[in-house]
Amino acid sequence: MAPDTSTRAEPTRSAAVDVVGLGRRRAAAFVAPALVLIVVFLVFPALWTLYLGVTDYRLTGLAATHPHFLGAKNYTDVVADGRFHNSLWLTLEFVGGSAVLGQTVLGFAIAWVMRERPAAVRRTVEALVLLCWILPGSVVAFLWLALLDRDGGTLNAMLGTPGTAWLLDHPMACVIVFNIWRGTAFSMMLYTAALGNVPPSHLETARLAGASTWQTLRDAVLPKIRRHVLTSLLLVSLWTFNDFTPFLITAGGPENRSEVMSAYVYRTALGEGRLGFGAAISLVMLLINLLIAFAYLQALRRRRT
Amino acid sequence: MDIPGRPAAARLPLRPGSLLRPGSPLRPAFRRNPFRSGPALPAALAVLMAGAALSSCGGGSSSTDPQRNAKAKTFTLTIARNAIVGGKNSAEAEWVTKTVIPGFVAAEKAKGLHVKVVYHGYGVDDEAYKTKTALDLKSKAGADIVSLDGIWVGEFAQAGYIKPLTDVVGPRADSWDGWSQISPSVQQLGAFQLKRYGIPPSTDGRVLFYNKKLLAQAGLPANWQPTSWNDILAAGRALKKLPGVTPLQINAGTAMGEATTTQGVLPLLAGAGAEIYSGGKWTGGGPAMKQVLGLYQQLYGPGGLGDRKLQEEAKGRDKSFEEFASNKIGVLLEGVYFWRAVLNPKDGIAKMADRDQSVGYALIPAMAPGKGVRGQSFVSMSGGSVAAVNPHTRYPQQAFDLLTYLNSADAMKARIAGNPEVTSRNDVNAEALKSDPFLTFVAQKVLPITLFRPGLAAYTQVSTALEEATASVVAGHGPDDAAAQYTKKLEGIVGGPGHVNAG
Repeated sequence: MAPDTSTRAEPTRSAAVDVVGLGRRRAAAFVAPALVLIVVFLVFPALWTLYLGVTDYRLTGLAATHPHFLGAKNYTDVVADGRFHNSLWLTLEFVGGSAVLGQTVLGFAIAWVMRERPAAVRRTVEALVLLCWILPGSVVAFLWLALLDRDGGTLNAMLGTPGTAWLLDHPMACVIVFNIWRGTAFSMMLYTAALGNVPPSHLETARLAGASTWQTLRDAVLPKIRRHVLTSLLLVSLWTFNDFTPFLITAGGPENRSEVMSAYVYRTALGEGRLGFGAAISLVMLLINLLIAFAYLQALRRRRT
Repeated sequence: MDIPGRPAAARLPLRPGSLLRPGSPLRPAFRRNPFRSGPALPAALAVLMAGAALSSCGGGSSSTDPQRNAKAKTFTLTIARNAIVGGKNSAEAEWVTKTVIPGFVAAEKAKGLHVKVVYHGYGVDDEAYKTKTALDLKSKAGADIVSLDGIWVGEFAQAGYIKPLTDVVGPRADSWDGWSQISPSVQQLGAFQLKRYGIPPSTDGRVLFYNKKLLAQAGLPANWQPTSWNDILAAGRALKKLPGVTPLQINAGTAMGEATTTQGVLPLLAGAGAEIYSGGKWTGGGPAMKQVLGLYQQLYGPGGLGDRKLQEEAKGRDKSFEEFASNKIGVLLEGVYFWRAVLNPKDGIAKMADRDQSVGYALIPAMAPGKGVRGQSFVSMSGGSVAAVNPHTRYPQQAFDLLTYLNSADAMKARIAGNPEVTSRNDVNAEALKSDPFLTFVAQKVLPITLFRPGLAAYTQVSTALEEATASVVAGHGPDDAAAQYTKKLEGIVGGPGHVNAG
């Protein structure tokens, strides 16, 4: 989180370098514990994963004690693996459908609609939405299994469609809807805060000028909250990309049809015991994550110039 | 793994950066890019941690002296197995906690030793239990006595997670008097490369279970015994006329894991005249395998005689248990476990009150009489668990005492009282057989014709490839396609076409 200031703000350069007047040494001493934690829990595991990714390390068998160096073979295998392509595509569907479209649109819609409602209504809705978010993942997964079950499921009972196997016939749709339900709270909270930043006078002016809701949103609200939108999209995309909960509902099946990245890594590394190959996938995942983050950061930067 | 970045990042809306409007003159310069090195990177990196955390754990004792702590007066031992009171293998868990542990503690107390024995019971899928146990042993932790499936012994031994009993506890491991009661083929369950790694408490076999009530409605005899695959399919077609009944169910697909292989592919393959591993080669997608996959197609292809979805869904096997218990499945290929721990009216996980009257059992026929492996007309597969001493136990001698106590004749008799099971001990079986017709059937008819799976490290990967081949047929691909894919995968696993028997 070190402010990157050395290249700009020339007149206040010295103040910017030593913002709080501690001096370099003491400042370094304050930062050191955090850096140690980052090295131990982030940098080291990342490097370790990089190392594992070039071996045939396995959970059991001979390769567990004497892993062989494979070079880039795991990585080329990952990139050539049809299951990886399938998984990447499903993950993009999952992120695009549930995070970018679902959670963001629904979260904003709730925030927008609730903005002028009585406090009691607003609180109740917010509490319910938040509840979906704060319940433990395993509990929620169990509830959804009960909802979607083929024989005794609540959904089939409500729709009068006994025997419809939602999780088998539409596994991706199920986990996407599930994740929208699960994660909308964050977008809702963020947009509620963001909408508070839109000056009421702007909305008032728009109303007096006879703007429709759509025009108001487009011309008065969106320019004010654009950065929040990008922030929310960035965070939600990354979380969703790495989310493991779909595994608890479909276990990646049937026939890998809902095997998103995290499920793919888990099944490869722990299910099949191919730790080296799993590490290689993890690293590729990390690169994709960085790519997503980079794209959003570029967008953020462009807005400001 | 679950949303790692969320707790920290949830504070974001409240951060000053997000409240500052772009272009505001009040915006300090150093806030220009609050996200440049913000939570994005840690969130992205966090996913790596899971992968790395798998391998970077360690600890535990490193001594390998079999006599360490042998004179301890007070000690604690732990037993772990995939059995939990009120859930999976409930009877076994009750036996450990209510009979074995108090008995052992009392026996040790008589010797002036203060022992505490802790039971770690699990009730999860075998694959999950395997992963957990492997990780435990890898990090030199885990229970003192761990229960493993016999087919894991090879790969666990190669990984160094378990060691030969004589290395862990010394020469007394070979002089245990119980060995003389366990036949050599059953001892193989707990052995790898001619060394004993643990004691197998029991063995089992696979048969066709059928619902006598449904078969009677379909006009089939109460003592049904098919002699070919065609007989099975004919019975399936007769059962198909009953409304709401799934005629035949044979495990397939990847969701069921090893169950697909042991009580699906392998007995069928044996019935088609091939063993999965023989003469130093693994069996590829040749004619025998195509026959097997062809049978699967008759079950799960269009208009098939089985329920395809049961083989695809995550909890399909449990569901097949429930459906059989509630008279919705005609014929199901399962192991002794199904009778003993699933349908058991007393403590099964899918109790069937009229099990003894309504459930019949038949030998699995070969494709046609005499066409099975070794020219047999009927086939089966056997396996069983193995209890091993954790090489990193603090009390190897005491742990071995407990292990032999678990496998003593008295403890085994208590184990199978009211809960039939073929134990590994001939002396116990000789008594228990008398009163139980099902057990008699298994011991006298099934065990003589049965096969064991190869105790090689590559087996579990081969097993996965077999599961995938059946999954592919269940998903609608042809047997020839699936067989070709399987051959390719198999060659990758076992080290090239030289190790594969194509015929």
